[in-house]
Amino acid sequence: MVSASSDVPSAPRRPDYVDSAVTQSAKLLVAGSFGVGKTTFISSVSEIRPLCAEAPMTTLSIGTDRLDGLENKRTTTVAMDFGRITLTPQGFSPIVLYLFGTPGQQRFWNVWEGYGLASGAAGALVLVDTRRLEDSFEVLDQLETRAPDLPIAVAVNVFPDSPQHPLETVHRKLDLLPHTPITSCVATRRDSSIDALITLVEHALDRSLEGGAS
Amino acid sequence: MSGEHGPLGAGGPPEEVHRRPVRAYVITRGRSQPTRNTFRPETLLIATDPDRRLPPAATVEQRRFLEICRGLLSLSEAAEALRLPISVAAVVASDLVDAGHLTIRSTPPSSASDPTLLRALLDGLRQL
Repeated sequence: MVSASSDVPSAPRRPDYVDSAVTQSAKLLVAGSFGVGKTTFISSVSEIRPLCAEAPMTTLSIGTDRLDGLENKRTTTVAMDFGRITLTPQGFSPIVLYLFGTPGQQRFWNVWEGYGLASGAAGALVLVDTRRLEDSFEVLDQLETRAPDLPIAVAVNVFPDSPQHPLETVHRKLDLLPHTPITSCVATRRDSSIDALITLVEHALDRSLEGGAS
Repeated sequence: MSGEHGPLGAGGPPEEVHRRPVRAYVITRGRSQPTRNTFRPETLLIATDPDRRLPPAATVEQRRFLEICRGLLSLSEAAEALRLPISVAAVVASDLVDAGHLTIRSTPPSSASDPTLLRALLDGLRQL
């Protein structure tokens, strides 16, 4: 019937395969508002060039905002960047850790929830920009509502012209839960970004040891 | 001489039809959900036996998917390499797993808050 096999737009790129010794994958979300540095963060730690995953958004998932007047546009896509790090912990078989850049607005969750994005995540690192902290409210709000059991840590992405606020002040302004850790990082720097991920996973481990969910 | 098929440029409309990207619901044969819900963007997949041939009725997407999974890849990476939305890739992968052509390598994600896994992640990150 549809035998359009010779009409391939372009041959698939040969992917960078995962180390064949890996038997387990894990994921962390890197959440944050537009322009906060998610892609930069992922690029600085990923062993592959960050890739882009797409999910179709139909009118069913469209909220009441912004897309008014576009009723005729039936589908669009909601994309996120992702990257990958192969970890070789001692006494453990290698694990491949995926980082998914999560814009965090409501319509993003409406689409991606169906594809198990938050489910199975070990935690979410929320990147914030102190020059526009209020942009992070919706991201935090969505995470708390959509994935209440997901451990989160906040990392202030320090830009050259960021005002110097003590982290406790930012913690208070964001109205974070007392146990939610906050740190700062420079997303362009690999070691700094990795430290922020360590802060998140340490917190996830603490939560898990405290008695699991909730 | 040979190899070309169809009246290229001969009639207009047929070429137009061929050039149009195949709609997602054609690729998935009308389904929007995979047959199993164990697929996550990070689920690792690999061809069960790269030399085993798909039956003649297999779709182009199934063939491409299996070809790209000659090595270990996550669902999201396979989808990206084939330029498929992740929802469509999940349906294609699910059929291939059901038919035994594709194998899920990674353990299920229920263990995300497992302290053993978290300790391993922490140790791995600290070694970077």
